[in-house]
Amino acid sequence: MIWRVEIKDKEGIFDALGAGVEKDILDLGVKSVSKVRVIQVYTIEGDITQAQVQRICEELLIDKVIQDYSYGPAGKIPVSTKSEDFKVAEIAYNPGVMDPVEESTLKGIRDLGIEKVDSVRTAKKYLLFGNLSDQEFEIIVNKTLSNKLIQHAVDYSHADKKKTAPDFNGTQADIVRVSLRSAGDKELLKLSQKGQLFLSIGEMRAIKKYFQKIGKDPTDCELETIAQTWSEHCVHKTFRGNIRFHYFENGKKKARLINNLLKSTIVKATKTLNKSWCLSVFHDNAGVIKFDDKDCVCFKVETHNHPSALEPFGGANTGIGGVIRDILGTGLGARPICNTDIFCFAPPDFPFEKLPQGALHPKRIMKGVVSGVRDYGNKMGIPTVNGAILFDERFVGNPLVYCGTVGIMPNDKVKKAVCKNDLVVVVGGRTGRDGIHGATFSSGELTHESEVVSSGAVQIGNPIQEKKVLDALMQARDKNLYSAITDCGAGGLSSAVGEMGKDLGARIDLEKVPLKYKGLSYKEIWISESQERMVLSVHKSKIDSLLKVFNDENVEATVIGEFTGTGYLELFFSGRPVCSLDMKFLHDGLPRLTKEAVWAQPKHKEAHFSCPADLTDSLKRALSHYNVCSKEWVIRQYDHEVQGAGVVKSLTGVDCEGPSDASVLRPKLNSSKGIAISNGINIRFGMIDPFWMSASCIDEAVRQIIAVGGSLKQIAILDNFCWGNPDKADRLGSLVRASEGCLAASLGYKVPFISGKDSLYNEYAVNPSTTLGAGGKSLAIPGTILISAIGILDDVNRAVTMDFKKEGSLVYIIGETSDELGGSIYFDNNGLVGNSVPKVDFKKGTKIFETVSKAAQKGLLAACHDCSEGGLAVTLAEMAFSGGLGATVFLKEVICKLKAQSSRLKALRNDFILFSESNSRFVVEVERKNQKDFEKLFKGIPLGLIGCTQEQKKITIYGLDGKACLSADTDSLKESWQKPLRW
Amino acid sequence: MSKKVKVIVLRTAGTNCDAETVFAFKSVGADVDLFHVNKFIKKEKSLDDYHILAIPGGFSYGDDIAAGKILANELRVKLGSSLKKFIADGKLIIGICNGFQIMVKAGLLPGNLNGSADSGDFKQTATLMVNDCGKFEDRWIFLKSSGKCVWTKGMDKVISLPVAHGEGKFIAQDEMALKKLKENNQIVFRYCDAAGQKPKYPQNPNGSVDDIAGICDISGRIFGLMPHPERHFLFTQHPSWTRERKKSKYGDGAIVFQNGVDYVKEKLL
Repeated sequence: MIWRVEIKDKEGIFDALGAGVEKDILDLGVKSVSKVRVIQVYTIEGDITQAQVQRICEELLIDKVIQDYSYGPAGKIPVSTKSEDFKVAEIAYNPGVMDPVEESTLKGIRDLGIEKVDSVRTAKKYLLFGNLSDQEFEIIVNKTLSNKLIQHAVDYSHADKKKTAPDFNGTQADIVRVSLRSAGDKELLKLSQKGQLFLSIGEMRAIKKYFQKIGKDPTDCELETIAQTWSEHCVHKTFRGNIRFHYFENGKKKARLINNLLKSTIVKATKTLNKSWCLSVFHDNAGVIKFDDKDCVCFKVETHNHPSALEPFGGANTGIGGVIRDILGTGLGARPICNTDIFCFAPPDFPFEKLPQGALHPKRIMKGVVSGVRDYGNKMGIPTVNGAILFDERFVGNPLVYCGTVGIMPNDKVKKAVCKNDLVVVVGGRTGRDGIHGATFSSGELTHESEVVSSGAVQIGNPIQEKKVLDALMQARDKNLYSAITDCGAGGLSSAVGEMGKDLGARIDLEKVPLKYKGLSYKEIWISESQERMVLSVHKSKIDSLLKVFNDENVEATVIGEFTGTGYLELFFSGRPVCSLDMKFLHDGLPRLTKEAVWAQPKHKEAHFSCPADLTDSLKRALSHYNVCSKEWVIRQYDHEVQGAGVVKSLTGVDCEGPSDASVLRPKLNSSKGIAISNGINIRFGMIDPFWMSASCIDEAVRQIIAVGGSLKQIAILDNFCWGNPDKADRLGSLVRASEGCLAASLGYKVPFISGKDSLYNEYAVNPSTTLGAGGKSLAIPGTILISAIGILDDVNRAVTMDFKKEGSLVYIIGETSDELGGSIYFDNNGLVGNSVPKVDFKKGTKIFETVSKAAQKGLLAACHDCSEGGLAVTLAEMAFSGGLGATVFLKEVICKLKAQSSRLKALRNDFILFSESNSRFVVEVERKNQKDFEKLFKGIPLGLIGCTQEQKKITIYGLDGKACLSADTDSLKESWQKPLRW
Repeated sequence: MSKKVKVIVLRTAGTNCDAETVFAFKSVGADVDLFHVNKFIKKEKSLDDYHILAIPGGFSYGDDIAAGKILANELRVKLGSSLKKFIADGKLIIGICNGFQIMVKAGLLPGNLNGSADSGDFKQTATLMVNDCGKFEDRWIFLKSSGKCVWTKGMDKVISLPVAHGEGKFIAQDEMALKKLKENNQIVFRYCDAAGQKPKYPQNPNGSVDDIAGICDISGRIFGLMPHPERHFLFTQHPSWTRERKKSKYGDGAIVFQNGVDYVKEKLL
């Protein structure tokens, strides 16, 4: 019997969720909805009596203080569906999509002693009051209330016929073979496209050759396994392949061949630096560095762009879940201690009519992504301590979602090794039909059809499941119950077992894998990317103890096979062989391709305006720039303080509202040793020269760590490349240029890369009929590198924050300011890109960084803030309003150097000094009593005593001519900074 | 029982403030165990062996259905009699954030409003519902203490603690229940502004009736609050500690744990 329960708030109770939906509807531009009420719906199926249903409602489902309920057999729709006053939309999950509430609700029901409930599904029923048209209603349902990839609006006329539980009729036992050996090139390509394998003709030919050699056609499962293993996502073939790079030198066109871009840039830097504190780099799920004598820390940053474009909540949700599993799967498993999240969206005020077909509105994407991170991070109890959000119209079809996690583990758990005859154990969530083709899907471009074709690649996560896995795993690890571990991420079991069994080979009995529902084919079981699963390699003597640990935490753990030693990947389904592949071919058989790349420096328009006499308004506009303005609305939704380790929080200052540089944590509460986490990202520099974008991002990430009290002695960095289609020469050319910038800056600052990731093919194939990119063009994102940095602090009690502390202190700028306005916020606000991109002098920068660290150690810095987007002006404003103080500043004291790249610029300008984004600069506050010591320390380093702090909350800046060029009260500056994203 | 103050920090799927709660109790000298609720349900462990029960923050069972609801149900149904005995024995319970939500929904708080200090019949007479702002928020707030709770003894100044929740709006079931709470001195913490005066949003971060942030039972031993004292146990946990650089190692929340342990030493050992 199926029962339906509806729960609503009592009259007079404020419906905060309804009020939130009202706001979202206003965002759509629909103004006719006067009120929204939300009703929670449960559908309970099982052999239960009416009295039992009533008890479930009263004791479990409702909160008697604030809620009423009604219930009845499903199909008899309760009265509130039709009314003159409101329209009703009921949104439920599609069959096969995991309902995250089901498992725990079933548990609650069983706790009541009611055993015979088979399933619980939830839905939300929205009552939309007001005089809205059918068309508006439809827009609200499709654009705000639901996402058709995972949800549907319930059609009441068929409600009684619909079953709640998913019902699949898979032809599970039939083994499918693909006629590959006889296929010509055309057919091979067709097979690749139709099967969503995203393999090139060269790769398909190599596969054909292998099967011709062994004398049989592949099963569907074998073909899928190869496609997953060979996907860009898993094997990074662009970075590891050959590239013919065409570039210009002194006006002459040149070319050279790059054999493995990764090895010749990123990895090369790390190898050259050869730091003893780098414990594990590049080969595990995350890079590992030394923390103290007992423990080490690991760091990984992932991207989850394509899924987030289609289903922002689920995409970000599973993105963060995935990177957390990377940490759980590093070494023998690390405990996650913080998250960092960086997003790129189109501006939130992007006009609806300009949206490409099939793309979601950026504000919707942003809200969904933030909710997805909030849900997963908060429920896992991992603080999100750092991040950034950038906006640019070119992200309209392809938002970027970077998720990073830091973990800590004992030094003796860094190494793992699968042993022959170890059992293959899958732990955590069950396997379903969700997330099929994620790895291959992220290796192709999105189109407006993606939302239909690739819907299987989108899922929602279950953070509590993963938290349970974490709790059990840490116990099993500390009892030494397994010998190796890896996460089930993209590619599912195929990828995890394939990777772990690379040397030994493995035999898996697919029917043993626990399933969410019946009817999956062996191929689906093998490649499903269902979330919250890990694969362990367990010695037979320890299996019982291991299973008990997981059982005690209510986590499923199942033996599904063995690492054999045959060197073959052998899969069986109910005893029948469905896959047998030589691991050697699988991992080394991928043909290396040569791609063409070209890079030429673009020429942008230069500044054509003269310096405004009063720059107050320019500062306010810089503070209100979406990239600069306060992200408090986002940060507050994250539990950024769970675990209690925070020392420098992302929001600081007198009212806890100021923007910190790096975040500092003490991972062990009883120790004063700490870590600092930061990031550097700047797409506008890349529009001029990706080389200097990379270098600037590394400078930024490093200097943020220096600003809070870190030191160059131990900073490691991570690279994350998000680029357009690398099969297009210009995209690949800029990628090469960016990688070379990474090499130069890593060596220049002696900061090694320990891990990295690339997400290519971030393009959106636009329908010719739409307004953007007419003519069937594809819309590429700007090449975007994210540099994430982690530094070790010896004593967190010496950490420095960015807010002015006292009136009457001295204010200095450290470092040289040049006319480097190219790619700056100031130019952007004036409709320009410019050409004079900020460069980095690594020698000078190193000296500056080392000296600032010393000053922090000696306690000479009352406040320290790095100069980045928005330049000196924004830095000063942030320091002042965060400290509830003011400042008077003289620009003639700023150490400047004209690079005069621009022939138009004959002399220094106030606006250029204030808004230049030259690298390696800090503004610091020093108490007068420390002046001598401080200045002595900085001898030989560009240092300008530019002014002092004051009690009056006002900033006055005197220009080069001695006249005031900027004057504003800090409250109004703070308002300019807080207003844009204060939703 | 030994001469040490024994604390059990109870966890289950989704608990996530357990480590810092353990750290806080250990730092004030308690002997602390951290166990899964399953161990008590299976009777592998017993509440009788402890003086203080702490239910830490987190998202027990994902806060599915409503925050704290499923663990509240489990405690009521499976451990009800052990809890009754624990309370009757004069022992202490603290619920922080999700722990508070669980206690309120299990009917452990505010407890019997009519004078006697027994646990009553686990009748829910108040709730913690969705914040007025409609979303989860992590922010620092000011609190003023009142009432006669053993956990907040000697707290006369305005203190600062963080809140981090989506469902923290306190509502009593009716006017009468609220009146009783006040009459019985069961309101332990109210949100306030920096000067200790009546707050506005976001100083009252969730829209709680009468600005209530924490309550106790009539005995003052059973205590729940939405703010996190364990997150301001150390001085450097405050976001603007660098403005003062005080010598003290401890933050405003430490005294709560110290009070609990001191009470046990004085009355129960």
